[in-house]
Amino acid sequence: MQFDASLPIYQQVVTAIKKEIASGTIHPGDKLPSCRDLAVSYRINPNTAARVYQVLEAQEVAETRRGMGTYVRDDPQLKDTMLREMADGYTAQYVREMTGLGFDREELLKILAAWSDPEEKTKEDAGNRKEKTDA
Amino acid sequence: MLETKNLVKKFGSKTAVDDVSFTIEPGKTYLLLGPNGSGKTTWMKIAATLTKPTSGNVYWDGEPVGIESRKKISYMPTESYFYNWMRVADVGTYYRDFFEDFDEGKFREMLARLDLAPDARVRDLSSGMNAKLRLAAALSRYASVYLLDEPLNGIDLVARDQVLDTVIAAMTPDAAIVLSSHLVEEVESIASTAVFIRDGKILETRDTEELRDTDGQSLADRYRLLMR
Repeated sequence: MQFDASLPIYQQVVTAIKKEIASGTIHPGDKLPSCRDLAVSYRINPNTAARVYQVLEAQEVAETRRGMGTYVRDDPQLKDTMLREMADGYTAQYVREMTGLGFDREELLKILAAWSDPEEKTKEDAGNRKEKTDA
Repeated sequence: MLETKNLVKKFGSKTAVDDVSFTIEPGKTYLLLGPNGSGKTTWMKIAATLTKPTSGNVYWDGEPVGIESRKKISYMPTESYFYNWMRVADVGTYYRDFFEDFDEGKFREMLARLDLAPDARVRDLSSGMNAKLRLAAALSRYASVYLLDEPLNGIDLVARDQVLDTVIAAMTPDAAIVLSSHLVEEVESIASTAVFIRDGKILETRDTEELRDTDGQSLADRYRLLMR
């Protein structure tokens, strides 16, 4: 995984694991790797890996079962909760960036509507392709 | 615990280490960051008892480093120190004779992990493969402190991942790892503490996650800021 080295690594791994739950790659009740294995697979310090699990536990995403290891909390709602959290995050980011460019609320909604309309979207893609070919 | 107190090392009129004090604690991974000639290698050589200090010293469990500390501190130097007639596997035998804590099984595992053929001749190894062999030897000891001087030097991209994975696998709560590197970006994510060194002095010691959290800076950002 490519990290943004100016942001805490533990937060980025926490987000990566939540994303895996949201996308259904890992499921409620699944066993998570040991700290050591997590450290190796993300190429991070084992202390950072331990912190990742502390944060996931504090946020009630994971739980440690004594002597058994760390598990994704066995909650059928968890996937939806994670999806909503991810969606909120990306939307906030989108709104922040677009507002920064000077778009107002109405324009944002218009762009989103056009983007999510399959017909409009196809036209747009074709336009983009044409531009590229022209260039 | 490895403590450096008021350490000074002079080579003629040049001061390579200039009144340095800091402590290495178990369970952490330290990264010594500084330009070439800033004193990183000199400090490691003193801690590994290969060079004597001019004044001050490095202390292992309260005693100046010496015969006892050598049993606990494993050092990977930047240059090759093997005899040319040796084969890769002979390095294991050589280490076993020198160090009680050397584990030949672990060494064989490391050779496999790092793609080093046991029957290859040391003189035929590229500089990157030689570095991997030095790393395998150093990490096959059950030491309390591992001093790894520029373990990524001369190592290509694929081997670099192997080296980093090997170093991470060696991190335990009981041992400290001290890495020196000028490839800041490559080792950002695996270090817990960064020690910025210039002209033989420690400019700053920082917890890496704390640096990102409070200053929003990467080690590379901080390095550029401090060394400018």
